[in-house]
Amino acid sequence: MRRVVAALALFVGLAAGPAYAVLPDEMLDDPVLEERARNLSAELRCMVCQNNSIDESTAEIARDLRVLLRERIVAGDTDQQVLDFLVARYGEYILLKPRFSATTLILWITPAVALVGGTILAVATVRRRAAGGSGPELTADEERRLKRLMDEPPSA
Amino acid sequence: MIVELGHFALILAAAVALAQGVLPIVGARRGDERLMAVAPYAAITQFLLIGIAFAVLMRSYIVSDFSVLNVVQNSHTDKPLLYKITGVWGNHEGSMLLWVLILALFGALVGAFGRNLPQRLKATVLSVQAWIGVSFLAFILTTSNPFLRVAMPPLQGNDLNPVLQDIGLAIHPPLLYIGYVGCSISFAFAVAALIDGKIDAAWARWVRPWTLGAWLFLTVGIAMGSYWAYYELGWGGFWFWDPVENSSFMPWLAATALLHSAVVMEKRNALRIWTVLLAILTFSLSLLGTFLVRSGVLTSVHTFAVSPSRGLFILAILVIFIGGSLALFAFRAQSLSQGGIFAPISREGALVLNNLFLTAAAATVLVGTLYPLLVEAITGDRSVSVGPPFFNLVFTPLVVPLLLAVPFGPLLAWKRGDLYAAAQRLMVAFGAALVGVVLVLVLAGFDEVLAAFGIGIAIWLIVGALSELASRAQFGQRPLSVSLARLAGLPRSAFGMTLAHLGVGLTVLGIVASTTWNEEVIVDMTPGETIIVGGRALTLDGYRIEDTANYSSQIARFTLRDGDRVLSAIETEVRLFTSRPGEVTTEAGIRTFGFSQLYVSRGELTAEGVLTVRAFWKPLVTLIWLGAVVMAIGGLLSLSDRRLRVGAPKPARGGHVVAPAE
Repeated sequence: MRRVVAALALFVGLAAGPAYAVLPDEMLDDPVLEERARNLSAELRCMVCQNNSIDESTAEIARDLRVLLRERIVAGDTDQQVLDFLVARYGEYILLKPRFSATTLILWITPAVALVGGTILAVATVRRRAAGGSGPELTADEERRLKRLMDEPPSA
Repeated sequence: MIVELGHFALILAAAVALAQGVLPIVGARRGDERLMAVAPYAAITQFLLIGIAFAVLMRSYIVSDFSVLNVVQNSHTDKPLLYKITGVWGNHEGSMLLWVLILALFGALVGAFGRNLPQRLKATVLSVQAWIGVSFLAFILTTSNPFLRVAMPPLQGNDLNPVLQDIGLAIHPPLLYIGYVGCSISFAFAVAALIDGKIDAAWARWVRPWTLGAWLFLTVGIAMGSYWAYYELGWGGFWFWDPVENSSFMPWLAATALLHSAVVMEKRNALRIWTVLLAILTFSLSLLGTFLVRSGVLTSVHTFAVSPSRGLFILAILVIFIGGSLALFAFRAQSLSQGGIFAPISREGALVLNNLFLTAAAATVLVGTLYPLLVEAITGDRSVSVGPPFFNLVFTPLVVPLLLAVPFGPLLAWKRGDLYAAAQRLMVAFGAALVGVVLVLVLAGFDEVLAAFGIGIAIWLIVGALSELASRAQFGQRPLSVSLARLAGLPRSAFGMTLAHLGVGLTVLGIVASTTWNEEVIVDMTPGETIIVGGRALTLDGYRIEDTANYSSQIARFTLRDGDRVLSAIETEVRLFTSRPGEVTTEAGIRTFGFSQLYVSRGELTAEGVLTVRAFWKPLVTLIWLGAVVMAIGGLLSLSDRRLRVGAPKPARGGHVVAPAE
C-alpha cells in the first residue's frame, strides 16, 4: 500500500503525462452535439502549435477554444455560425480548411487546373502523334543520306 | 586527432567530388576515354572518404567524445548505445552527413556496377551526380560542420532528446534518405540524356530499377513514420498532412508516377520526354523536402529569415538544380526523339492516366504545403492555414478515379487495348466489390454510403489485382495443372505488380475501415473501474513506476476481458526523462486482434488517483501499414526480376544467350 501511495505521489508530483486533447470534463452530455463539437474542433487550428488542430492539441488555448465552441453549440449556433464567430475573433488563420477567397484562389483551383490542364495536354499530344503517326522524323543529315542513296544509280 | 581526420576526409571528398564533376563530363564531350575513366574511381573514392568521415563522427558518439560540439549538443553518456549510434543522424549536421553518404554510395554503385553502361552516359551521369555531391558537401563544410571542437570539453553532453529514443524514429530518416537520394540517380540520368540529346535502351533499363529501389525505401520509410506517429503521439491517428509528412509524400507520388512512365519507356519506347521531365521533378521534390525539413522554414518564414545562412544555402542549391535542370529541359527536350505511338485505350493510355492523376495529386500536396509559407512571405503575416480538412477534401476526388482505373491498366494490351475485354475479365472483381458494398449498406445502414463505396474500391483493387494474375495464367480456361504451371512461369515482375496493386487495396481497406468504424472512449477512470471498448471490457488495475537508466516510466495497468475470459494485460506509459524535466513521451498500450487493434493511451492522473483514459477500437487498422509492406515486397520482387538485375543482359559464359522469359 505504501508503495502505491508513493507511486501515486510521484505520478502527481511530476505533473505526469501529457495533458490530453479532449478531456472528459469538457465533453457535452448530448452525443449529437458532442459529435458536432468534435468535428468542428478538427477543423480549427491550435494557434500556438506547429500543426495541430484544437482537437489534438494539449495547449491551454486549445482547451479554451474547445470549451468556447461547445458553449456556442449549446447556445444554439449552427456550425457555420460557430466558425464565423471564431474567425471574427481570431482571423482566418484558425481555419485548417481556408475559405475560398482571392487569397486562397490558387490553392483551391490547383487540383482542377492540374488535372484539366494535364488532360488537355495529354489528349492533344496523343491526337497529334496519332495524326502525324509516322514515328521519329529523320534528321537533315539522314534526309541527305537517304536522298543520295535514292539518287545513286544502282551499281552492278 | 581522429576527429580532424574525419574533417579532412570530408574536405578531400569535396575535392574528389569536384574532380568527378568536371573531368568525366569534359571527357564525354571531347570523346577522351581517359578522362571518362576517372568517373567510377572518383565515385568510389568519394564514397570511401565520406564513409571515413561518417565513421569518425559515429565513433565520437559511441565513445562520447565531448570535445566535439556536435556530440556535446546531441548526446549524453546515459543514452543506450543504440541511441548513441542513431543519434548521429538525429541532428542537423549528422543527418546532412548521412545524406551525402547515401548520395556517394549510390554514385559508387553506379561506378562499380555500371560496366555495361555506355561509357559516355556513365561519365556524364556520374559527373551530374557529383555536382549534387559538391553542393551538399560545401553546404556541410561551410554551414553545418559536425567536426567542430569545443575549447573546454564539458563532462556531460546536453541532450537525450526523449523523442529520438525510439527505434521507429531512429531508422525512419535513413530509410527516407535512401528514398530521397535514390531519386538523384534517375535525375542524373535525365540530365545526362538532355545534355547528350539522346536516350537509348540502356537509359530506360537503368532508370527503372533505380527508381524502383528509391520508391521502395520511400514507401517503407513513410509507412514507418506513419506507424511511429500512430503509437507514439497517443492520438491514434496515422496521417496528419503535416508539412514534414507531405515533404516525403510528394516525392513518393512523383516516384510512383515515374515508375509507371518508365515502364512505358522501357517496353514501348514512348513517353520519353515526359519520363525525363518526371525524373527531374521527382528529385526536385526530394530536394524540396530536404529544404523544408532542414531549413527551419516550416516553423515560420520569420525564424527562417532571422538566421538564414543554412536555409539560404539549401535554397540556392534548390534553385540552381531545379531551375537549371528545368531550363536544360526547356532547351533540349525537343532534341529527344519521340517514341512509339499508341491509341488512347491501351496500356500506355492507362499509364498516362495514372501519371495524370498522380502528378495532379503531387501538385495539390505541393501547393497545399507551400501555400501558407508563400502567403506569409508575401503578406508578412500568417493568415492562411492548410490542414487535414483541406487535404482530405481535395485529395480524395483525385485519388478515387485513379484507384478505380488501376485494375484495368494491366489488362489492356500495349498500343491498342480492348476495354470491353478487360472489363469482362474484371467481372469477378466487380461482383466481389458489389457484394462488399451491399453487405456494408445492409450491416451498417445507409448512413455509411461513403464507407461502403470505400470498401468496394478496396475489394475492387484486391480482387482486380488477383484477376490479372489469374487471367495471365488462364485459370478456368485451361486445366488447373496447366494454369498452375503458367502461373509458376510468369516473370517475377508480374507478381511484383500484382502485389503492389494488391497492397494499395489493403491500405485503402485499412484506412476506410479504421476511420469509419473507429470507436473512441474518453473517460476518467479510477482503479477497479471498467469500460467497454470494441465489445471488450477494459479494467484499470492500478499504477506502477519503473526506473531505467535515463527515464522513469509511469505505467497504468489494465486488464482486457472478453466476457469473463481474461484476454491480456495492457500497459500504457508516460516516460519522464531525467535530463529534460517537463518533456515526456507516451507509449500507447496496443493489442492486436487479427488485423484490428485495441489502443489505450493515458493522460493526466489527479491526486485523487483519477486517470484520464483514451481508448480506441480500430478495425483493420494494421492493414494501412501492411498494405505498404506488401507494396514494398512487390517492388522488391520486381527488382529481383532477372530482366532488371543490373541493367542489360551480360554476355553468357557458356557461349549461348538465354532469352528472357516474356
